[in-house]
Amino acid sequence: MISTLGFGTIAVALALSVYGAVAAVVGVRTRRPELVQSASVAAYVNFALLAIANLAMVYALVVHDFSVSYVAQVGSRATPLFITIISLWSALEGSILFWGLVLAAYTASAVYLHRNHPGPLVPYATATMLVVGAFFYMLLIGPANPFEPVWPVPADGPGPNPLLQNHILMAVHPPLLYLGYVGMTVPFAFAIGALLSGELDATWIRMTRRWTVTAWIFLSLAIVAGMWWSYEVLGWAGYWAWDPVENASFMPWLTATAFLHSVMVQERREMLRVWNLSLIVSTFLLTILGTFLTRSGIVQSVHAFTQGTIGYYFIGFIAVGLVFSLILLTGRGTELRSAGNLDSPLSRETVFLFNNLILTAFTFTVLLGTLYPILAEALRGVKVSVGAPFYNKMTLPLCMALLFLLGVGPALPWRRAEPDVLRRKFVIPGIALLVVAGASLALGLRQPYGILAFGFAAFTLCATLGEFAEGARARMRAHGESPLVALGRLIGANRRRYGGYIAHLGVISMAVGIAASSTFQKVRDVTLKPGESVRAGAYDVRFDQLWAQNEPHRFVVGADLTVLAEGKEIGRLAPRLNFYGDRDEPITTPAVRTRPHADLYINLMAFERDGSSATFQVIIEPMVVWIWIGGGIIGLGGFIAVLPGRRRRREAAVVTDPVAAGKGGDV
Amino acid sequence: MSTVSSGGRRIGLVVGLVVVLCGFAYLLYGGIGENLVYFVTPTELLDKGEAAYDAPVRLGGQVAPGTVRWDAEALDLRFAITDGENTIQVHSTGAPPQMFRDGIGVIVEGRYTRDGVFESTNLMVKHSNEYRPPAEGHPPSEMYRSLIREGES
Repeated sequence: MISTLGFGTIAVALALSVYGAVAAVVGVRTRRPELVQSASVAAYVNFALLAIANLAMVYALVVHDFSVSYVAQVGSRATPLFITIISLWSALEGSILFWGLVLAAYTASAVYLHRNHPGPLVPYATATMLVVGAFFYMLLIGPANPFEPVWPVPADGPGPNPLLQNHILMAVHPPLLYLGYVGMTVPFAFAIGALLSGELDATWIRMTRRWTVTAWIFLSLAIVAGMWWSYEVLGWAGYWAWDPVENASFMPWLTATAFLHSVMVQERREMLRVWNLSLIVSTFLLTILGTFLTRSGIVQSVHAFTQGTIGYYFIGFIAVGLVFSLILLTGRGTELRSAGNLDSPLSRETVFLFNNLILTAFTFTVLLGTLYPILAEALRGVKVSVGAPFYNKMTLPLCMALLFLLGVGPALPWRRAEPDVLRRKFVIPGIALLVVAGASLALGLRQPYGILAFGFAAFTLCATLGEFAEGARARMRAHGESPLVALGRLIGANRRRYGGYIAHLGVISMAVGIAASSTFQKVRDVTLKPGESVRAGAYDVRFDQLWAQNEPHRFVVGADLTVLAEGKEIGRLAPRLNFYGDRDEPITTPAVRTRPHADLYINLMAFERDGSSATFQVIIEPMVVWIWIGGGIIGLGGFIAVLPGRRRRREAAVVTDPVAAGKGGDV
Repeated sequence: MSTVSSGGRRIGLVVGLVVVLCGFAYLLYGGIGENLVYFVTPTELLDKGEAAYDAPVRLGGQVAPGTVRWDAEALDLRFAITDGENTIQVHSTGAPPQMFRDGIGVIVEGRYTRDGVFESTNLMVKHSNEYRPPAEGHPPSEMYRSLIREGES
C-alpha cells in the first residue's frame, strides 16, 4: 500500500518534471506564457508530491512496515522512535528520497520568489532545476527505489548502521549537508538560465545571491557538524582525515567560497564573468560528484554503503552536465568579454583574484587526491591510498596564504590603495603578527606552520576588528552614537559586508583551534586496574570500575572514571563501548570533557572480561572547542549577510522588479 | 600599471597563470608520488623483495590464530598477519581494538623493517563479514555477563 503510494508519487513527479522542463523551454521560445506558467505549477506540485512520498516513508518507518524495502533494510523494532525517524537518511535510497524533497522545495520556492522577473532567464532556470529533479526522481524509481515491495514480509529488520545511530549529530549533519548541496542547484540553474537566455550581466548573480549564501551556510555548518561528529563518535580525537567523503563535501565548499568572493568583483567591476559562471557550474558538478563518491560505494568509508549500478547514472549525469555547460560557455565566448579592467595590484579585486586562485588550487589538490586511488585501481589495478601527508604538504601553504589574505582583503579599498592607507591599516596587525609569532617561538613552538598560523591569525584578527572599529568610530562621530549602538547599526546597515567579516572571524577561530589542537595534542595509552590513576595534563584520572548494561537496542560496556585536580574531584567521565545487535564490533563512545583551553578525551580501548583491568587512551586536545565555535560564527555571519534589511523589504514590495531592488541594496 | 595596454596585460596575465599552474601541477605530481600508500597482502609485500622494506604500506590480512601476544602493562602487541599463503609478524604499540582476536580481518599501516617485523603505526579492524569465527558465549551480552550491573538484566 505504502509502496504503491510512494512509487506512484515519484513516478508522477518524474513525469511532471520532464513535462515542466519541456514546457518552460518551448513556452519561452514560442512566447506562450501559459506554457511557462504550467512549468511553474509543475514545480509547485512536485514539492507536494515529494513531501507526500517522504511522509509516507517516515510513516512506514514508524509503524515498522517491513513490506517496504527501505524499512526492511534500515528499520528495527528495537530502535528508538527518534532514530527510526532520522534513519530516513541513514542509507542510500532514503537519502536520495530526502534529497528529492529538498530539491523540490528549493525549486518551488525559487520559482515562486522570482516569478515576476521578466524575460527568459527564470523559465530557463526553472527548466534546469526540473531536469536536475528528473534525474533524482529517475534514480528513485530505478536503481535507488526505496519503495520496493518486499515479500515475504520480514518480522523485524537489522536497524540502521550502528555508527550512524550512536550520536545526536547524525540527526543534524546529513540534512544540513543536503540543504547545502542541493541549494547549489539554484545558482547553477540561474547561471545556465543566463547562458541560455543571453542575460549575461550580473542579474543572475544578484538574483541568486541569497540562495548561494544560504546554501553555503548549510554546507559550512554541515562540514563542521561532520567534523564534530567524527570527533565525538569515532574515538580517534581527530576531526579531519582527508577521507574521500569529507573531501567530497569540502570541494564544493571551496569553489562556492571562491564564487561568493569573485561575484563581488563582477558586481563592482564587471570583470570575471566567465570565471563566475565556471565556478558555479563546478560547484554544482562537485556536489553531484560528492554524492557519487558517497553513495556509489566506490570508496571505502563510513558513508559509502552500497555497491551497485547507481554509480553509472551519476557518472553519466556529471558528464552530460559538464559537456552541456562547456558548450554553452564556449558558445557565449565573445559576449562574455570582461567590461572592466584591473587598475592596480594593490586593490581589493587583486586580493579576490589571489583568493580565487588559491581556492581553485586547493580544490584541484583535493580532487586529485580523492580521485587518484579510484583512477589507479581502474587503470593500473593497484590498490592505493593517498596519505594525509600529501594533503597536508600541499594545502598547508595554501591555508596560510588564505589566512593572511583574510586580513589583507577587507582592509584594501576597491581599485587602488594609497600608501598612507596601507600604513594606517596594517601597522597594528603587523605588530600583532610579530608579537604572537615571536611569543609562540619563545614558548617552544617549533613547527613553522604552527608559528605562521598563530601569527597570521593574530594579524587577521586585528585587521578585521580594525574594520569594525573604524566603521563604528565614523558613525559615532557622524551621529553621536554610543560605541555599541554604532557597531550594531554599522552591521545592520551593511549586512552583506559585515556579515562577511563576522564569517571571517569564525574562520580565524577555526584556524586557531585547528592549529592548537594539531600541534599540541598529547596522546597516551595506559592500562589501569580499578583504583589506579593516570596523570593527564593538569588532571589525574582515576579508574573506579567497569560495568555493563543491556539497553533495548544495544549492549553497553562502560568504565567509570573520576577526574581529579590537585586531589579534589572535579568531574566524572564514562567512556563506553556500544554493541549493536549481532555485530561483534563495538562502537566506541569516547568521554569528552570540553573546556575552552583544552578537551580531556578518553577512549575505552580494551578491557578484561572480569573487570580486573581496562586499557584507556587518554588525550589532551587543546582549544578544539574553538573549531566548533568558529563554525557557529561562520554560520551567524552568513545569516547576517542574507537577512533582508527592513528598508530592502519595503523596496522589494514596491518595486516588482527584483533586479532594481537588488541594485538599491548594500555593497 | 593602468598605463599598460589591455591586450598586453591580458597576455601577461595568461602567461603568468600558465606558469603558476604548471609549477603547481609539478608540485602536485611530486607530492602525490611520495605519499602514496599501497594496499598489499603479505604475499604481495614479500614479492616486492628489496622494495618491501621501509616503504609506507597498508598490509591487509587475517590475524593468524594463536599468534596474538598482548602485554597490557607495557602496551605491547605482537601478532602475525596471514593471507593463507604467507605470514608476516607485526609489532604494534597501543591497545588493540576490543573486537581484535584470532582470525579477524585487519589492516595495519606502517613499514616492513629489515628484522622481518612489520612495525605498525595504525591498526584497523576490517569491517567485513568475510571471515567470522564463532565467538564463545555470543552475543556480547553473554560474553560480558559478569560485568552487568546489579539489579539490571
